[in-house]
Amino acid sequence: MAAAGKENVFAPWKDDAAVPLIRIDQVSKRFGDFTAIDKISLNIYPQEFFALLGPSGCGKTTLMRMLAGFEKPSGGVISIDGQDMVTVPPNKRAVNMMFQSYALFPHLSVWDNIAFGLRRDGLDKDRVAARVEEMLKLVQLGQFARRKPHQISGGQRQRVALARSLAKAPKLLLLDEPLGALDKKLRQETQFELMDIQEKTGTTFVIVTHDQEEAMTVASRVAVMDQGKLIQVETPQVIYEQPNSVYVADFIGDVNLIPGSVSELGGGAALAWAEGKPPLLGQPGASLAKGQNATFAIRPEKIAISAEEPQDRNNRVQGKILEIGYLGNLSTYHVELPEGPVIKCEVGNRSRVERRDFTWEDEVWLSWSDTAGLVLAR
Amino acid sequence: MTRLTTFNIVSLTLGFAFLYIPMLILVIYSFNASQLVTVWGGFSTKWYGELLRNEAMIDAAWVTMKVAFFSSTLATVLGTMAAYVLVRRGRFYGRTLFSGMIYAPLVMPEVITGLSLLLLFIAIGLDRGVLTIVLAHTTFSMCYVSVVVSSRLVSFDDSLEEAALDLGASPFEAFRLVTLPIIAPAVISGWLLAFTLSLDDLVIASFTAGPSATTLPIKIFSSVRLGVSPEINALSTIIIAIVTVGVLTASIVSKRQITRRLREEAQAG
Amino acid sequence: MRRLLVGVPFVWLLVLFLVPFGIVLKISLSDIALAIPPYTPTLDLTEGWAGIRDFFSRLDFENYVFLTSDDLYWKAYLSSLQIAVIATICTLLVGFPVAYGMARAPEEWRPALLMLVILPFWTSFLIRVYAWIGILSTEGFLNQFLLWTGIISEPLTILNTNTAVYIGIVYTYLPFMILPIYATLERMDASLLEAAEDLGCSRMQAFWLITVPLARPGVVAGCFLVFIPTLGEFVIPSLLGGSDTLMIGKVLWEEFFNNRDWPVASAVAIILLLILIVPIVLFQRNQQINKEAEQ
Repeated sequence: MAAAGKENVFAPWKDDAAVPLIRIDQVSKRFGDFTAIDKISLNIYPQEFFALLGPSGCGKTTLMRMLAGFEKPSGGVISIDGQDMVTVPPNKRAVNMMFQSYALFPHLSVWDNIAFGLRRDGLDKDRVAARVEEMLKLVQLGQFARRKPHQISGGQRQRVALARSLAKAPKLLLLDEPLGALDKKLRQETQFELMDIQEKTGTTFVIVTHDQEEAMTVASRVAVMDQGKLIQVETPQVIYEQPNSVYVADFIGDVNLIPGSVSELGGGAALAWAEGKPPLLGQPGASLAKGQNATFAIRPEKIAISAEEPQDRNNRVQGKILEIGYLGNLSTYHVELPEGPVIKCEVGNRSRVERRDFTWEDEVWLSWSDTAGLVLAR
Repeated sequence: MTRLTTFNIVSLTLGFAFLYIPMLILVIYSFNASQLVTVWGGFSTKWYGELLRNEAMIDAAWVTMKVAFFSSTLATVLGTMAAYVLVRRGRFYGRTLFSGMIYAPLVMPEVITGLSLLLLFIAIGLDRGVLTIVLAHTTFSMCYVSVVVSSRLVSFDDSLEEAALDLGASPFEAFRLVTLPIIAPAVISGWLLAFTLSLDDLVIASFTAGPSATTLPIKIFSSVRLGVSPEINALSTIIIAIVTVGVLTASIVSKRQITRRLREEAQAG
Repeated sequence: MRRLLVGVPFVWLLVLFLVPFGIVLKISLSDIALAIPPYTPTLDLTEGWAGIRDFFSRLDFENYVFLTSDDLYWKAYLSSLQIAVIATICTLLVGFPVAYGMARAPEEWRPALLMLVILPFWTSFLIRVYAWIGILSTEGFLNQFLLWTGIISEPLTILNTNTAVYIGIVYTYLPFMILPIYATLERMDASLLEAAEDLGCSRMQAFWLITVPLARPGVVAGCFLVFIPTLGEFVIPSLLGGSDTLMIGKVLWEEFFNNRDWPVASAVAIILLLILIVPIVLFQRNQQINKEAEQ
C-alpha cells in the first residue's frame, strides 16, 4: 500500500498511484454564523503521521472531531478507506481518539479502561485479556494494570489513554493535543515514544497540536491552519525552509519580516525596502509580480554578525545593537537599523570561553547569502 | 484565615446553642416520667413504649415510609433524566418552559403546590390516597434531585462520554457504563434528599392525602395542635437520632473517601 | 431514546405542575357552588364548541374583587410581607455572626461546624417548630428560666404571638442564611484584609470596608432563601402564632379546608404567586450575576 517513491523515502503524497486512507473533499463546518472550517480538501495516506497545526480557534480540533464523528460537516464529503463517513456515528467507526484530557474512566482500573473498547466489540474474555496484556506491554505499564487512573502519574495516564485508543487496532488514530498536559522534559521523551509506537503498529496517526515544535518533531507532514483554512500542507522541512506565506513563516519558528516592494524578478527576487539602499536578494515565493508589495523573510540563525563590512555578500545592513540575550547554547542580538526595522540574529556559542566581541550600542554589520531569505507575496 | 476573637467564639457558641438547645430539651424530656411536659418527674422510657403501642401512629409511619420510598425513587429517575437533558442536550423545542418547570416548584409555596395538585386529582377523578401523595411528592422532589444531579453534571468532563462512544459504546451504554457510575454519589444524595423531603412534608401531603392514608407529619400536626405531648417528644427523639446517625455516617464515609483519594493522588505524583 | 429522555420528565411536569396550575387559575375565576366539586361552571366537552364558549363566558374576576373588598385578605398579604421582612432581617442578624465565626474558625474545625449547621436541615421541620411550643408556653422552659433568674416576676406570653412566629422562622431558616454567607466569606482571600490593614485600616474598618461588601452576594442570596419560603409559610404561624397572626398561607389553608371556598382559595393562591414573582425574579438575577462574576 504505502508505495514509497523513488529511493526509500516515505512520501505517498508524491505518488499518484497511492490510495489515500482519508479523503476530505470540500468540507465545511459552520456553527451558526461562525465558519469553523471553510471548504477544506485534503488527503491523508496510510501510515502517515499527520499533524494539524494552528493557533486555538483555527478549526483544527473541529476538523479532527469530524473525523471521529462527533461533528457532522455542514458540507462536503469525508471518506475513510473509501467509505463515506458523514452518516456513520462515532461508535461505528474504525477510528479511535486520544482525548486532550485523556478522558480515562475514573471508576475503572487501567486494565478495564483498556478493555473497554474490546468488550464493546463483543470479544471473548481470553482475547480481550490477551489484547490488553499486549497493549500494557506496548506502553510498559504492566505493573499498574490494577490501579485506578487517579493512582498513577500524569505521564502514565497519557500512556494508558494511548493504549486504550490503540487497543481496537483502529485504521486511524486521532490525537488531540496528546502531550499538552505533560511538562517539557517528559513531553520531549514522549514525542519519540509516540513516533516509535506509530512505526511499530503501522497505524495512521492524525495529531492536533498548537505546539509547532511538537508537530515538526513527530509528523511526516504538517498542515498549518488559520481561520478554518489550510494554509500549507508539507513536510516539516519544507514548512520551515520554504513557507508559502508570511503567516506560516511567522507561525513556525522565529523570523525577521521586512516589508518592501518587488524590484526585480528572475531566478531570484529583489526587494526594495528602504530609500537609497541596495535591494535585499532572496528566493521568490509563489505568485509574485514585479512592483507589488511583498515581505522579506529571513530566519535569525541564517544571519551573520560582524564588526567590519562583509564584502562578499550582497545582503548586508548596518545597525546598532539594541539588546543581547544569552540563552546558553546560543546568543541573540537585536539590531536596530537606521531605516527602522529591528533585526534579530542568532549566533551559536561553540566555545565555552567566548570573547565578548559585541556589546550594547555597538555598530555592527548583518549579512546573509542570496538564498537564505524568501520574498513572500502575502 | 483564622481569627478566633472573643466575639467570634461568643457568636459561634450562642448560634449553635440556639440551634441545638430546643432539640436537646425535646430529647431530654422524652425520657420524662411525668405527664406534664415541662416539669421533670424522673427518668422513664414509658413514652417510647406508649408510642410503639399507638397503632395509628405506627400505621402513619408505615404509610410515610412507603410514600417516601416510592416517591424518592421515582423522583430520582425523573430528576436525573431532567438534569441530563438540561445539562447535556443543547437546545430543543420547549427548553425554556422545561427549565422553568424544573425551577419553579423549588420556590413555589407549598400551600399552592398542594392546592393545585388536589384540584387536579379531583378534576381527573383520582381517589386520594397513597398514590396521590406519591405523585405529588415525586413532582416537587424530582426538581430538587435534578438540581443536585445537574450541579454534578456541569463539572462532568464531556469527553468521558465521547471516549466511550469512540470506543464503540452505544449512547445508552455510554450512559450506563460511564456517566452513571461517575455521577452515582450525586444521584444517591438526590435520592436521600427526596426521601427526607417526603418524610418531612406536611402541607402537600395534607392536601393530597385522603381519609384512607395519613402520613406521620399529618398525625404529628393534628396532635401537636392540641399542645405538647410526651409521646411526640419520644417520636421526635427517634427521628432526630435516625437523622443524626445517617448524616454523620454519610459524612464520615465521604470524608474517608476524599482523604484516601488525596493520599493516593499524592503518591501517584 | 432521546425523545424519551426529554419527553418523560417533560410530560410529567406538564401534567402535574403546569396543568394543575391552570386549574387553579380557572377555578379562581369560577363561583362557589353547593355541589361536588364545589364550584361552577364546570367544563362540559360533550356540548362541543357552544359548551366551551358558555364556559368561558361564565368566568369572571368576582373572587378577586371580593379579595379587595374584604380587608381580611389584603391585611393578610401585608402582614405576611411584614412578617417575612422582619424575620429575614432577624435571621440575617443572627446568621451573619455565626457564618463569620465559622469562616474565621481554624480550618480543621470548619467541616464539623458546617455539619452542625446542615444537620438540623435534615431533621424534620415540623419537629423543630414543635420544639418551641414547649419552650415558649407560659409554663415553658424560657419562662421557668427567666423566673428562676429573677429577670421577670410574671411569666411572659410569647407563644401564640407574632414574637413566637419570628423566633420560629429565625430558628428553622437559619441554616439557609448561614450557608450562603459562609460560602462567600470562606472563599475570601485572607490577604485582602492584610492589605487593608497594611494600608492603614483598623480591623473594624477593614471589616466594614472589605468583608461586608465582599459578603454581599451571600447575604443577598441568604435573604432571598429565607424571605421567599417565609412569605407562604403555613406551619409556623399555625403552630406558634395566635389567632391574630395573619399570614396568607394560613388564610389559604383555612379558606380551603374550613370554609371550603375553593374559588376564593384559588384566587388567594394566584395573588400570592403574583407577589412572589418579584422576589423570585430578583433572586434569579442575583444568582446569575454571582455566577457570571465567578467565571
